[in-house]
Amino acid sequence: MIQLTINGLSTSVEEGSTILEAARFLGFPIPTLCHLDGLTPSGNCRLCVVEIGEGERARLVSSCTYRAEPGLKVRTSSERVVKARRMIIELLLASCPQSKVIQDLASAHGVRRQRFRQEYEDCILCGRCVRMCEEQMMAKAIGFRGRGERRSIGTPFDVQSDVCRLCGGCLYVCPACQLRCTYTEPEKAVCGGCANIAPPCIEKEQFSDLMCYMDPCVACEIQKDQ
Amino acid sequence: MNNKQLDSIIDKYHDQPGGLIGLLEETQGLLGYLPEYVLRAISEKTGRPLADVYGVATFYRAFSLKPRGRHLALICLGTACHVRGAPRIVEEFEKHLGVKAGETTKDKEFTVETVNCLGACALGPTVVVDGRYYSHVSRRKVREIIAQTKRGQETGDPAADRRLVPMEASCPACGQSLMDGKHPTEGRPSISLEFLSDGGGGRLHLSSLYGSPVAEWEPAPPPSSPVSAVVLCCPHCGKEFESRSLCAECGADMALLRIHGGFHLEICTVPACRGRLLSLIPTPAEKRT
Ligand code: FES
Ligand code: FES
Repeated sequence: MIQLTINGLSTSVEEGSTILEAARFLGFPIPTLCHLDGLTPSGNCRLCVVEIGEGERARLVSSCTYRAEPGLKVRTSSERVVKARRMIIELLLASCPQSKVIQDLASAHGVRRQRFRQEYEDCILCGRCVRMCEEQMMAKAIGFRGRGERRSIGTPFDVQSDVCRLCGGCLYVCPACQLRCTYTEPEKAVCGGCANIAPPCIEKEQFSDLMCYMDPCVACEIQKDQ
Repeated sequence: MNNKQLDSIIDKYHDQPGGLIGLLEETQGLLGYLPEYVLRAISEKTGRPLADVYGVATFYRAFSLKPRGRHLALICLGTACHVRGAPRIVEEFEKHLGVKAGETTKDKEFTVETVNCLGACALGPTVVVDGRYYSHVSRRKVREIIAQTKRGQETGDPAADRRLVPMEASCPACGQSLMDGKHPTEGRPSISLEFLSDGGGGRLHLSSLYGSPVAEWEPAPPPSSPVSAVVLCCPHCGKEFESRSLCAECGADMALLRIHGGFHLEICTVPACRGRLLSLIPTPAEKRT
């Protein structure tokens, strides 16, 4: 067992547990985005920042990947943490404002504006879908591609993968993805989640909005706007 | 490429952790690029998910999924080169060749690509064409570089060839200059070293132009040594040159020479090997005593 202090409360957790797990055990909320129980933590989104250490040596780390250490002093909502967290949310808003998950985060943390160049990305590269596909569905049909600015997630060569079983797991765990739905190009479909259940989008003419299980479906809303 | 060739490459790297990069490198060396069917075959034969293979192949700039032209021009857009006007060099290349960066000309002669730092920032803007470094490239020089490449790299007077970077070498142990004006190569003083091998010893004169493969052995190294390493030492103090790393091409020891300006040059100690490495990272400070 490892002894550590979180927000002044001392607790002990099993060896190998992360700060996030320890904090959740004590009931301290830490917002997360790329973290999902059952998937290996990857530390992609940085939303789960906490401050560790004291004085000069205090620093921010991502709690979902940082393992608890004996004697560690953790603060989950110090001023610095809150500031960093809001900045991260602001940046997420700048890249993917249409995501319900991100909007909810913004409102929960009182982020009311976004000062950066507005983009409308359909992916925040959190990698949940990649890990879902590999670790839970044992398929690894999608992965990260490219690097830097050109980093993206998708199937190799952008064609439907041989190993994809159209389970829709990637869509299910995606915090941003309503727009990644490839209903317009079914042969390139990454997930096919909607085609599996009821294809509201693909044969749109025959279905009313009400039959869409994605409520509201952002893809439809955007089409309506145009 | 036939299946046998691919199989033998795969066998070579199969059980090495991290062997995928070497595998892709070698395959690309054979084909010039990585076609889709090859990546699929690699994934099938190694049992790695295609998404992984594709991810690695698209991550590194060195890999290309599209066929490349006969000549490859890499233009550095790293920070140092960028502030010295590299974007304009790219424009100039694009204008002269009529393609965008990342594309290949219709006649399959030239591929223009950009990279993010070649590790030669002091020489920027840096351009590498077919493995030759051009330093301090200006817009005016671009046309010249293209013409020179088309003419063939090996023709022309190397002394006047500004693509090659001249070096001044000295011994890291005694600090004396290794430059030998009495034995010029390519019109410049050569870097002269002493070598010892099973069959005796002699002098080795290396071209002092970085990027030039010229090396003259006096007398010619014994027939056994094309494959085995020789001992390289300083003609002044007689000390053997220290080895800090192994040759990337053949795995033998590399001899470390000091280059004027705080750099160092490493040369492979196997006579048949062309392995040379100019490191523009300052020489690690001498051991303080
Ligand atoms: S939840 Fe920890 S970095 Fe995303
Ligand atoms: S920035 Fe061009 S070589 Fe480093």
